[in-house]
This record gives sequence, structure tokens and C-alpha cells, in this order.
Amino acid sequence: MFRFIARRLLQTIPVLWFIVTATFFMIRFVPGGPFTAEKAVTPEILRNLEAHYGLDKPLYEQYFDYMGNLLFHGDLGPSFKYASRTVNEIIADKLPVSIELGAISLGIALFFGLILGVIAAVKRNSFFDYLASSVAMIGICVPTFVLGPILVLFFAIHLGWFNASGWYTNIDRVLPSATLGMVYAAYVARLTRGGMLEVLNQDYIRTARAKGASEFRVIFRHALRGGILPVISFLGPAIAGILTGSFVIETIFQIPGLGREFVNSAFNRDYTLVLGTVILYASLIVILNLIVDVVQVWLNPKLKFE
Amino acid sequence: MIRRFLVSYLPLAAVLIFSGCAKNDPGSSGYDAPIGADGQKLMVYNVGNGAEPQDLDPQVVTGVPESNLLMSLFEGLVTPDPKTLDPVPGMAESWELSDDGLVYTFHLRENAKWSNGERIFAEDFVQSYKRMLTPVFAAEYSYLLWFVVGAEDYNRGKLEDYSKVGFKALDERTLQVTLNNPTPFFLRILATHYSWYPVPLKVIAQFGSLTDKSTRWTQPGNFVSNGPFQLKDWLPNQRIVMERNPHYWDAETVKLDQIRFYPTEDISSEERTFRTGQLDKTNELPNAKVDAYRKNYPESLRIEPYLGIYYYRLNVTRPPLDDKRVRKALALAIDRDSLVRNVTRGGQDPAYAVSYPGTAGYTARAQLTGDLAEAKRLLAEAGFPNGENWPHVELLYNTSENHRAIAEAIQQMWRTNLGINVQLTNQEWKVYLDSQDNQDYWVQRAGWIADYVDPNVFLEIWTTGNLNNDTGWSNAEYDQLAAAALKAKNDNDRYEIYQQMDAILVDELPVIPIYYYKRVYAMNPKVKGYWPTLLDNHPVKYIYIEEEPEPAAESE
Repeated sequence: MFRFIARRLLQTIPVLWFIVTATFFMIRFVPGGPFTAEKAVTPEILRNLEAHYGLDKPLYEQYFDYMGNLLFHGDLGPSFKYASRTVNEIIADKLPVSIELGAISLGIALFFGLILGVIAAVKRNSFFDYLASSVAMIGICVPTFVLGPILVLFFAIHLGWFNASGWYTNIDRVLPSATLGMVYAAYVARLTRGGMLEVLNQDYIRTARAKGASEFRVIFRHALRGGILPVISFLGPAIAGILTGSFVIETIFQIPGLGREFVNSAFNRDYTLVLGTVILYASLIVILNLIVDVVQVWLNPKLKFE
Repeated sequence: MIRRFLVSYLPLAAVLIFSGCAKNDPGSSGYDAPIGADGQKLMVYNVGNGAEPQDLDPQVVTGVPESNLLMSLFEGLVTPDPKTLDPVPGMAESWELSDDGLVYTFHLRENAKWSNGERIFAEDFVQSYKRMLTPVFAAEYSYLLWFVVGAEDYNRGKLEDYSKVGFKALDERTLQVTLNNPTPFFLRILATHYSWYPVPLKVIAQFGSLTDKSTRWTQPGNFVSNGPFQLKDWLPNQRIVMERNPHYWDAETVKLDQIRFYPTEDISSEERTFRTGQLDKTNELPNAKVDAYRKNYPESLRIEPYLGIYYYRLNVTRPPLDDKRVRKALALAIDRDSLVRNVTRGGQDPAYAVSYPGTAGYTARAQLTGDLAEAKRLLAEAGFPNGENWPHVELLYNTSENHRAIAEAIQQMWRTNLGINVQLTNQEWKVYLDSQDNQDYWVQRAGWIADYVDPNVFLEIWTTGNLNNDTGWSNAEYDQLAAAALKAKNDNDRYEIYQQMDAILVDELPVIPIYYYKRVYAMNPKVKGYWPTLLDNHPVKYIYIEEEPEPAAESE
């Protein structure tokens, strides 16, 4: 297992290098730069601005400077848009917020998703199945930018239980986490139902029942372990996405998370911030996929590390 | 079947049910009102402020959200009157102007102080402006100081000796500023533009080089300013909290205990936040909400004149737009009344001249006049009778619902009225600006918001070589008039020159004026000491919140 992990980690190095390099050059070829503004500045000032941030050097030199700082100092550079802040600071500041939002949402997603999925599978083709599947379908079909405002209109404006936006107290976590969690819960429920249905017909389940195991034990001890496998594969990229922030949720609820920075940095041509968030996102996906592979082998005795 | 039905219609039903119930009195129930040391509820003003600010250094930033923040934190030599924005004493308690209109002598207050209690001297202003003009510092708004002798040369690196620039500290409290030209609107720029604020150089120096943009002096705890408020807290993308500055010379006038600025990029979300009472004022209001507010919450709806113009730039170097007759035909074929009534719907005024009417007492006499028949005749004369032989022409706008709606309406007007087809193209904001800079367009939607209250802001940009011209249009007579206007002895003479410039513009039409802006937003009626102004500047030291008396029994 150790060799497997070590080899996979080595494989990620060229992948990450390619992503960083491609992003570095692609963002430079997009028209407009960090200092392109509606009210034009004199060519002298523009030159000085570029010199201030080292953008006057040849592109390959900037690339080697950037890679050097990144590899030897872990320095992602200054933000071009936010004059007094560095990319490291912005990520350190915003990532925990996105992680908190993501973790609560994931908790909601797994709790409701697994329960709905198991009920739907066990009571297959019953009223419960249709209800659970409909709820899941709605969760998948209604986009967060519709669900979020609906929840705000009802619970914040009409009932006055919550604030419409903000991220200050615990109660501010409820609506955004519920909105984001609902979508993932829907996917989890559908995947769990499918996985469970496949497993429930297998011989070892019949064996377990024949040995006199209680229905609860059969479902949660024997069947769920196999039925959850599709959910695990889904969770890898889903966790990476959920942790690096949801632009839509963060914008609707005015949450100071990383998702907003990620999207806005591209609009602002904030080269270093784009790169910093891409590097973070790519690393998370690679690492989480690795974890998913390890967990799958651990859960499924038919698979082996190779 | 039932499942499919449920899946398709449940969300819709939910939307209808919930939005139907969603009625609430905007601005009831305050948001997290803090309690002061004496147990009294603090008077807090919660403001939606658009985008997250770049920074809080007045010599670094360039945007409108930043301007709102800096106006509360800093004060210049003069400061705007809350109703008229006319210059009234600020850091300077009085000033004199020499007879030739070139030399201003400002007398600073004895109690002009930074928020750390240190005094502000004339030399602080001289050195602040030096930082602003230092070439390597690359301040984007430095050109607003170029009215001063030597400032442009120093800023462009042609003059090394700063003592030759027209800023002199005659003694501790006397500052002399020498201008190139009489520039009658000089004090108005000083009153409303943050590029003229002093900065606390001693504090900045503690955190790095004076000409380094990326130091930490603007962080809470480090930050020092000289205005009615000081920085208490800054949570990026969340909120900026300011509290009274006890060292401000006019602290008695200041009524608010705190101002909280919230970045609100998403205007729909901002509007919902206003309805829960978390915000006292929004930065904007979605167009779609204007009618609902007119009907349900008229007391909260604000529609105010805003010193800016929405226009279409024409690339006069590209045929057929190089022909003045074509430009005029396009300009005449737009039904502006219908456009503002049916498309923009925010109470905008149709524009028939480039200068905003009533800017510092100036209104252009020359207006765009002519009917459709004339437009058709001009187009036929130019070789396109009824739109025949009309070449490929594109109308470029930056990606946005509002701009698209306007562009589609105008495209349709040109098609119906002139028989010509113009293609619509949209580009993401910075790509669009890049096309503008490279003059890579035929017709481009654009807007211009004034930095100070004077007709000069709308007219100077069309001079030859002005960096914001970008039309390829150049007119020697126009350039001479622009130069002469800055030398005019008084406003009457100057405005007569502007009349000629405006007349040239509506004749030559390098730009097609479309409408004059309005600011549309929502504000809780309990906010007082607040007046509509042309620049949407509202000096916060006069603003206060008038709480309604608490009801005897509170019902939830």
C-alpha cells in the first residue's frame, strides 16, 4: 500500500507542473491585463505599474521567477488587484471559510442522502421510493441560484428567522449549508439507491439473512458497505469542489470564501491569484482522488493495490 | 407519470408559493446593533458598497466603492457641502486666490490632526503629493494633480527636482499651490476627489518604502487617517467597520457611532439583505425590482440624477463611420424617449448633447436635432439610400443584460428607421476594454461618470491624444477651444467656449449621446442628513439614523 501511494504521488508531479504551466501562459494570452481600466492611464504610468509587479520582464523570465518562488519559498506572489495583500494571505484567509461551509454541507448531504437512498432501495417501487427519488430529482434539477433565493425569501424575509446574507454567527451557516448540501444530498441519494439495489440481490446478502442476521444489521452492516462504493467515487471530486468553494452560494449569501476569489480573479486578470487558486484546486483533486482509491480498496476486498 | 409531473412542477409551485408570501416591511428590525460602553445602543449605518475595495490607500485605488470608503476616512484641504458639493473649509480653514487665478494659499487649521492625534502640517500635504507624483509609485490617478506647475513633468520623469513643482509649505500651517492655468474648477476637484487627500507618511514609512504599493499600513490597527471616521475592522469580502475619529476637528458634527460597509457584488442578494433590514442603503437596485418598489415601498426607492452619460463611441477611422453624414443618420435614428421609457426604465433622461445639463450651472445650447426624414436623406447622400450597400458594421458592448437590451433596441431602430443591419457583439469587460484601447471596433457602447462637478469632465476627453478618446476623431478647432477654456478668466467666458465645443460635438458626432444616468437604489427612510448629489457623494459626517420610538408591546 505504501508503495502504491508513493508511486501515485510521484505521478501527480508532472500533472501539477503541466497545470501550473498551462495556466500561467493561458491567462497571459487573454486580452486585457490586471491594469486595464475604463479610465486609461498614461503609457508612462502603465510602464511603471508593470515594472512594479515585474510584468515588464520577458514572459519566460517571469515564469522562472514564479516557479522559483513557488518551489523554494512556497510564495504565490502579491495580488495585483488587492494592493496590500498576498495570494498566500488571501488563500489562508478564505480557504477555512470554504472548508467550513463545505464540511457542513457535506454532512447534510451524507446524512440525508444516505438515509433517502437506503430507504428508496429497501422499499423499492413503494411510495417511499417515489417520494425519496422525487426529492432527489428536485435537488438535482433546481439549481442553487434558484434554491438559495427561495430559501432566503421564505426563511429570512418572510419568517425572519435568519439573515439574508453574511457569515458572522452560527445561525448564518444554516441557509447556505442547506442550499449547497441539498444538491449533493440529491446526488448521494441517487447513487446510494443504485449501489444498494445492486448489492441487495447478491448472494452474500441472502447468506446473511439465512444466518438470521436482523434486517437492520443486513442493511447497514453488510449491504451499505458495498452499496456505498459509487458514493465514495463521487465524493473525491465532489469534496475537492465543495472545499474550494462554491462561487454561486458564496455570492448569493455574501460569504467570504475562496470560490468568489477564484472566479473574480479571472475577471480581474489577477494573474497570481488565478494561479494560486488553480494550484490549490488541482492539488486537492489529485490528493482526494488518491484517498478515494485507497478507501475503495479498503472497502472492497475484490480490489487490490497495484 | 405522477413522478414526472411532480418533478417538473414542484419547484415551480414552490417558487410561486414562497415568493407570494414574501412580503415584509423593509428596514424593520435592525441588524446586530452593538451596545456601547455606556450601555446605549450605538448608532450604526449599514451600507451596501458594491465590489470589495482594492485597498484603502487613497493614492493607490481607482474605483467608486473605494471612493465611498475614503470619503469617510479622509478629508482634503476643502470638503464638499453635503447638498451642493461646493467646496467648504476642510483641513484648510480658509484660502486666498491670487489675482491672476494661479496661486492658491491655504491656511490649515491649528487642530488639523491625524487619527493618532498627531498634527497635520503644510509639509504633510507637500510630501503626500510628492508620493502621488513619484514615477515609480505609478499612481493611476496622478494626472488629476497635473493642473499644478511642474506636476506633469515630475510625474512623467522629465523633471527630477521636486522643489520646482508648484507645492510649497510657506510655514507650518500655510500651503501654497501654483497652477499652470486658472482652472476655475480646481477647488471642486479638491473637494470631491480622493487623489488630493493627504496620507500619513510617517505611518506608511513604518511598514516599508513610501513608494511601495503593497505594504501593510492599510490594515486595521496600522491605518491612520484624518477624516470624520477611522478604520476599526476590515474583513475582506465581508465588511469594513469604521468608528468616529475623536481627533477630527469637527467631531461634534459627526452623529453616527459606526459605519459598516458591506461588499455587495450581487445586487439581487443585496436587495434581499435590504429587505431583512440588515442594510440601511443599497448600492444598486435590480432594474426588475424598480416597479415593485414603486408600488410597495415608494418611501425606500431612490432615483436621483447622476453626473454621467451613456453613449455610443464611433470609430471614425472605419468606413462607413468616417462619414459625418452616416454618424448623424445613426444618431438621429435612435428614439431616445422610447428607449428610456421602455428599456432602461430607471427614470433616465434622454441625451441630445454630450455635456450633462446643469453641471455647475452649465447646459449645452446646441442639441442634436433633426427628424427621421433627415436621417434617411443623410444616409442616402452618403451612398446608402434605404440602407442599400450598407457594409458590415458591429455594435460592441460589454457582456451584461442591461447593455444587451439597449443594444437590441437600437439595432432594431436602425433596422426599421434606416434599413441597415448592425451586428451585435459582446465581450467580457477586460476584453472589451482591450478592443477599445486598440480601437478594434465599429460602434462601442460606453459611459462616462464625472470625477468632479464641471462640464470639463465631459468635454476634455474628446481632444486629440486624450487617452480616453479612442474614437480616432481629432479636430484642431476643438483642441484649441479646450486649451483656451482652461485659461479663461471666469466661468462665463469658459462656458461660452464650452458651448462652442458642445456644438462641434453634436455636429461631428464622434460619439452618439444616448441618455443621462440616474442612480437607482433603496434606502431606509430613517436615514437622515442625506441629500441627493450629482456625484452620489454623501458626506457621512452629516448622516444620522432617526430611530422610531420603540413600540410599547413588541409583537413578533
